Amino acid sequence: MAIDQSEVEQHAPGELDVLRIKSDFPILSRTVHDKPLVFLDSAASSQKPRSVLQAMDTYYETINANVHRAAYTLAEEATNAMEAARSKVAAFIGATDANEVVFTKNATESINLIARSWGVANLEPGDAILLTHLEHHANIVPWQQLAAQRELEIRWIPLTADCQLDLSNLDSLLDGVKIVSLTSMSNVVGTITPVRAIADAAHAAGAVVAVDACQSVPHLPTDVHQLGADFLSFSGHKLLGPTGIGVLWARKELLAAMPPFLGGGGMILDVRLDGFVAAEAPHKFEAGTPPIAEIIGLGAAIDYLNNLGMEAVRQHEMALTAFALEHLSNRFGDRISLYGPQSAELRGGAMSFAFDEIHPHDLSQVLDQHGVCVRPGHHCAKPLMRLLGVGATARASWYVYNNEADITALGDALEAAGEFFSF
Amino acid sequence: MSGLEDLYREIILDHYRSPRNRGELDSPPAVRVEGFNPLCGDEIVVYIDVDDAASGDAAVVTDIRIGGQGCSISQSSASMMSAAVKGRSIGEIRDLTKSFKSMMSIHEEGLDAETEPQEDSAGAELKLGDLEALRGVVKFPVRIKCATLGWNTLQQGIDEALSS
Repeated sequence: MAIDQSEVEQHAPGELDVLRIKSDFPILSRTVHDKPLVFLDSAASSQKPRSVLQAMDTYYETINANVHRAAYTLAEEATNAMEAARSKVAAFIGATDANEVVFTKNATESINLIARSWGVANLEPGDAILLTHLEHHANIVPWQQLAAQRELEIRWIPLTADCQLDLSNLDSLLDGVKIVSLTSMSNVVGTITPVRAIADAAHAAGAVVAVDACQSVPHLPTDVHQLGADFLSFSGHKLLGPTGIGVLWARKELLAAMPPFLGGGGMILDVRLDGFVAAEAPHKFEAGTPPIAEIIGLGAAIDYLNNLGMEAVRQHEMALTAFALEHLSNRFGDRISLYGPQSAELRGGAMSFAFDEIHPHDLSQVLDQHGVCVRPGHHCAKPLMRLLGVGATARASWYVYNNEADITALGDALEAAGEFFSF
Repeated sequence: MSGLEDLYREIILDHYRSPRNRGELDSPPAVRVEGFNPLCGDEIVVYIDVDDAASGDAAVVTDIRIGGQGCSISQSSASMMSAAVKGRSIGEIRDLTKSFKSMMSIHEEGLDAETEPQEDSAGAELKLGDLEALRGVVKFPVRIKCATLGWNTLQQGIDEALSS
């Protein structure tokens, strides 16, 4: 698979120098089955630049100590490094107060925290929760668990044929709703949802709004206030950061009124035999030793993205998405079905598709032989799969280190898969 | 793509293209069970008619149908399985299942370090026949769950049939 680098340069979308960016990611120089790695599964988990790996190493090699616990220099430096990362996260999402940033294990834990803490304290039998048909299981199951316990009703915002939210009945859907929890960008079909419009309607109806921003925070400029969010969750590992670190941002009045989630060390002011006094947010929600190295790694990932500029990241991915839509449909015509909005402005770079009636699992197996990583399966969104009328899709997704050559390589591998399975 | 040809043998693709015993049986009297592969979304439905369930391992699976959707490996494995077990006694099916899972390197009695597949698995009285074509799946560990989905679902169906 010869990649014509001059052509790549010539067609490089957006303002990003993708070849230089690729060289920042050690893993991207490896081969798979003797083919160059073409990594197109960043919607599941992104790769990590050297600077993130080095930041975590430096922590362990120079300042490793538990945070918020001791008066010695290492502990103070570790605490400062962790809290500096908290401030970076806050600034990255437009939050005005770093104490509104709670570190969790991942976005799944963030959403469970909302359901278990805010939900249990604020929802009464008969109250309704509004979700959408686009949601990841992480933004469905915690609410189903809570609904079963508290006798709550779950409602769903339906979709249009191209997987956008159908808001025609939003006002009646909102009647009696206490919380709207929705994705800002679909992990399956890439749809960018109109969070602000929904938040305005939800607030007018007396509901709070939780945003599952796992797919959007890594790929779009984010401002929690412009979005109108009350809660916002995302994971570090989809954002060039390490696994094991997630974020819950919430308005500080909400955090202040919410009961703690997990109990233990670090989340208390005082413990007596007959009870405890919880610490202030965010520590109230951070029981136990946090993933310090991962938090510092997340901070380094945010530095990396800030250096690129999130507006440039978005422009790059929009151009790449437009190229993919055009290239794949021109090349394969009716042989390929590209799910979701057909305009790059309306979507991010997570693209589910069906090809030649080859099952996604078989398709990705053949693609892997060409070094091309795409994900087959239901993408933790079985209700959406049922709506699309499929058991699974293949999904390609791109990020700052992908370019048109990667999309073309996907096309080449699809061609080969089509020949392999030609019945 | 030599590795791929080990996985996608012609007979596997044949069963995928033309699945045997595809469809449904009236349930009841047939037992209907669903199996899911949560990793890839494959769903399989197995219907079996069991004659004289009270006689335990001597009872016979007189008819079988396979429904659902999935990849070539899960669908072809279920198709070959249906052809292999139809008309067999529960005892024979248990042996066949054991042989098949042994070929897939899934040993129910503890961890076995054996990695080289053996031509004849100990205790198996039935030849795997066409099912031998699935031997290449062990080279692709992620796909073992696809190959065993139908079998696990059948096992569940047999348990249900015998307990009802």
